[in-house]
Amino acid sequence: MPSRRDLLLATAGGVLLGGAARRALAADAGSDTDELGTLPGKKPLIRHTWRPPNYETPLADLVPAFTANESFFVRYHLAVIPQIDVDTWRLKVGGSGAQKPLVLTLRDLKHDFKRVTLAAINQCSGNRRGLFTPRVPGVQWGNGAMGNAEWSGVRLRDVLARAGLAANAVEVVFNGADLPLLPATPDFLKSIPLERALDENTLIAFEMNGHALPQWNGAPARLVVPGWTGTYWVKHLTEIRVDTVPFDGFWVRGAYRIPTGAFPGVRFKTQETPETTPITEILVNSLITSHVSGAQVKHGAKAELAGKAWDGGAGIAAVEISTDGRQSWQAAQLGRDLGRFAWREFRYRLDTSKPGALVVAVRARSRDGATQPEKLTVNPGGYHNNIVQTVTLGIV
Amino acid sequence: MRSALAAAALLTALTLSCAPAFADEAAIHLRDGTARDLTAARCAICHSVDYIQGNAPVLDRAGWQKEIQKMRDRFGAPITDAEAQQILDYLAGSYAGKP
Repeated sequence: MPSRRDLLLATAGGVLLGGAARRALAADAGSDTDELGTLPGKKPLIRHTWRPPNYETPLADLVPAFTANESFFVRYHLAVIPQIDVDTWRLKVGGSGAQKPLVLTLRDLKHDFKRVTLAAINQCSGNRRGLFTPRVPGVQWGNGAMGNAEWSGVRLRDVLARAGLAANAVEVVFNGADLPLLPATPDFLKSIPLERALDENTLIAFEMNGHALPQWNGAPARLVVPGWTGTYWVKHLTEIRVDTVPFDGFWVRGAYRIPTGAFPGVRFKTQETPETTPITEILVNSLITSHVSGAQVKHGAKAELAGKAWDGGAGIAAVEISTDGRQSWQAAQLGRDLGRFAWREFRYRLDTSKPGALVVAVRARSRDGATQPEKLTVNPGGYHNNIVQTVTLGIV
Repeated sequence: MRSALAAAALLTALTLSCAPAFADEAAIHLRDGTARDLTAARCAICHSVDYIQGNAPVLDRAGWQKEIQKMRDRFGAPITDAEAQQILDYLAGSYAGKP
């Protein structure tokens, strides 16, 4: 295991870019102190905080179908982030609900279980928190606390089966190697309901877009819970615990909670109270990647709006565009289906025949009928901002 | 609650062992004001002080008070009552509604 000093040294942040390249589009991103910064192994990203590192993917890097590892967003709660030696790394699987506890090496994971690859959005629960009105404290994320990647690993349920799942198991708890600086600070552990743990799409992933997981995205292995927000995708996995009682930890009981009944999405019933319930699935949403507000488009020229739409796993049924103040909506053209947990590209030919302001609104609809709301549901955590996005273009 | 002395010792230890991170973070400049150094010292035990700048547009005095209380109660920040008052005065004076 790495020493405390090694752990501390590993928390070293990135390098300040010359001139503190302020984003031209800070207003669009909703962030007030946006600067680009570079973590080792990453390209320049929007730095929200140095330590623990919280870096957002710039809009331009959300254009490709798959978000590159080097530009994928980085989100940590705790500042002690070890650089793990894959040869000495071990994954413990146990708990009161596991009859045959086991310890796995990375080689065991890769050789003893069936390999699975799937495409999925990883989206921070607080993505777009910085765009809330009224504003909410927390990391003031714009649109880029998300990305789409191809994750490879093994099914969690295959590993749990080998650990001898007990009949009275209720939740599975995950711990990563990252640690708080003070003993009094709650370590970052998360739990998921047993049924989600046994879902065929829930993975212990060790590759991202065909490469070993990057350090800042959870090396050497992380949990992948397709359709659920990023808080459950525990990085640097070290321990999986099958519990027979609901997990009593701060990061489930006291954080990442939404008002009960305020939002759609599957319920995490063993952690629900009459007042609040854990955030679970990603809500249907879309993002324009081709243009930002204030962009100028040449009068009479060909111009195409493009972006992405996604949801919590039903898949995208349609993306609609309005250019008349949301009175009428036209279908956008959908791109290739990369899987129901991935985003779907959309394109729409803009009418540039009239000079002046062109207000474009986009809304996505999922295959389960859910659509993006017009109004924000205010909540203390600043979660689930999936309201219809508009951009104002200038036809000149 | 940990004593202020222990907190100071811890911070010193961190500053030594975490030199690269702190050197980079030194690019962050907090506005002048009474208790600026105390605020920076206590907050930076666990996180860089750009958290203050990032939340400035969002928080007023009451909001900062809640944040300070959260850091003490939930995250175990070693801050005494007297220090919390000074830190609140600094944040409310220099970083309330100001990016």
